Amino acid sequence: MKLYEFEAKGILARYGVETPRGVVIARGDDVRGKIESSGLKPPLVVKSQVLVAGRGKAGGIRFAKSLEEAVSLTELLFDFPIKGLKPRYILVEEAVEHSSELYASITIDKSARKPVVLASPYGGMDIEEIAREKPESIVRLHVDPFIGLRGFEARMIARRLGLSGGAQQSFASLLQAMYKAFIDYDAELVEVNPLTLVGDRVIALDARIIVDDNASYKHPELAIERVEGGEVSEWESRARRLGLAFVELEGNVGVIGNGAGLTMTSMDLVYEYGGAPANFLDVGGGASSERVKRAVLLLLEYPKTKSIFINIFGGITRCDEVARGIVEAIKEYGGKPKPIFVRLSGTREEEGRRILEEAGIRAYDDPVKAVIDAIKAAG
Amino acid sequence: MAILVGRDTVVLVQGITGREGSFHTKLMLEYGTRIAAGVTPGKGGSEVHGVKVYDSVAEAVKEHPEINTSIVFVPARFASDAVYEAIDAGLKLVVVITEGIPVHETMRFVNYARSRGTTIVGPNCPGVITPSETKVGIMPGHVFTRGPVGIISRSGTITYEISYALTKEGIGQSTVIGIGGDPIVGLTFTEAMELFEKDPETKALVLIGEIGGDFEERAAKMIAEGRFTKPVVAFIAGRTAPPGKRMGHAGAIIMMGEGDYASKVRALEKAGVKVARSPFDIPSLISRVL
Repeated sequence: MKLYEFEAKGILARYGVETPRGVVIARGDDVRGKIESSGLKPPLVVKSQVLVAGRGKAGGIRFAKSLEEAVSLTELLFDFPIKGLKPRYILVEEAVEHSSELYASITIDKSARKPVVLASPYGGMDIEEIAREKPESIVRLHVDPFIGLRGFEARMIARRLGLSGGAQQSFASLLQAMYKAFIDYDAELVEVNPLTLVGDRVIALDARIIVDDNASYKHPELAIERVEGGEVSEWESRARRLGLAFVELEGNVGVIGNGAGLTMTSMDLVYEYGGAPANFLDVGGGASSERVKRAVLLLLEYPKTKSIFINIFGGITRCDEVARGIVEAIKEYGGKPKPIFVRLSGTREEEGRRILEEAGIRAYDDPVKAVIDAIKAAG
Repeated sequence: MAILVGRDTVVLVQGITGREGSFHTKLMLEYGTRIAAGVTPGKGGSEVHGVKVYDSVAEAVKEHPEINTSIVFVPARFASDAVYEAIDAGLKLVVVITEGIPVHETMRFVNYARSRGTTIVGPNCPGVITPSETKVGIMPGHVFTRGPVGIISRSGTITYEISYALTKEGIGQSTVIGIGGDPIVGLTFTEAMELFEKDPETKALVLIGEIGGDFEERAAKMIAEGRFTKPVVAFIAGRTAPPGKRMGHAGAIIMMGEGDYASKVRALEKAGVKVARSPFDIPSLISRVL
């Protein structure tokens, strides 16, 4: 779960990180009233709160010399789509005059299986280019998850960025605060980019936090309405509401599988035999008949599919549950269903096959035969 | 010989009274797995498919000191606790089937297990099977047969697909390990390869990878450096997947271009590994190197 900039800054501020003074305006708020009563001193920065990358380059960050200008820019940004999406929130902040932009983040190094701190004296929008061109300028430090980020380690990173005196201490405190937030919020990423120095004080000008979806139940306070990603299509958001992992593609053969690996391989098979998949839909492990029914119904209604290829190899998933879900989906759909080609193998495959055959649906043992027939039916 | 699990494996099922725990206890027993006991807090004294249930791992191990392995079906919110309990009871192998454990929790118990000499397989994995000896997992037993091929996989269902394809061609498996699909897992490709390298029964290895991460690249490096000397063939799921979502700048900096299909295939082929375009090409590739 990606957090908005204002949420990330709010969290970091509670851990003692200095952020610019600002006010959050939600769609529908009294924009003028909120800005005029905020006590903010111009010049101001007006920032569209979206969860897609590249906001600055897309025009989502504007500068206002006066409160009046901030009001009109806020109204403008509410109607200004970033990658196809209008924001729900705008953050208006006091501009911080600065000359340097630094970078700091904490994430999980999956190979080392430890948190890793990354820091660079060259922050800003081009940090990835810098990482490619000057990898030596990025300081990395792995953290023992049982000991945490110690003060001396944080100071060492600051020194390696060339900071000394009060700035070194301030940067080290920032890293330790970021680490605390990283742990407390089960974050996949805590990133401050850019951050700057005003005198000896480190100020976070922008911040990103991504919370592990598996841990979001621990943080009910983050349950505000959020619109993730501008690139999510209507059908993808529909699938997301049904709790299904679905990606829209350009072809006409609908694909359902259990497990990401098998579902991706099913897409590969469709291409291999001259077809093109209309989607990726993984029902996951141990799917109930209800879940399978929702998945099949989605593809029956999804206009791009001309035929549906369902590829199931049951381990924790039970073929009889899958078969029941398919039969129920067709019943509930009512109209003439699109042709469905089901491959069933694994746990309880005999029961599954029997259920399908009683409903007049052929169950394949060989996924290649099923895929060839599905491509033919899609035309 | 095989690795990790075999005839000497005596299993404790954590979360045995749940839907999956109870169902797969039955299937494991039918396969011939020696299950000595189960644990579900608050359900001590009951029985599941003839297996005694205890309130804690410590009690189960005290009554059945022959237990050396645990399989965890406990729901995600309580799964980490179950894993620590198994590690603290001194079990040497813990197979975590549970899906959806927060990655920070996995990161901690994986590091803890390592400090205590316990091997974790998973989480979010199908488990480990040594065909015709024992199955500590949820895989459908009938698709496997005993033989000379070791399999290490990041994808549960593709493991079944490839094992089944091998079995149909008369090519058996020594041990098949599903290492799990989560961002952080206990046993990695390279650690499992070290075990297969030392196993005289295993004559060749199938690596089943997936886009993302760098396990396949690390495996390729190990092979290129001569630290794994048996023939290897591989399949990588996700050849035609559209570029996935990325995780902020930090993810990109860490990975630096590693993790996509092309990079994995390039690394493996450079190390002399044949990469199959389809899971169904694996049997012919393997029979050429056996």
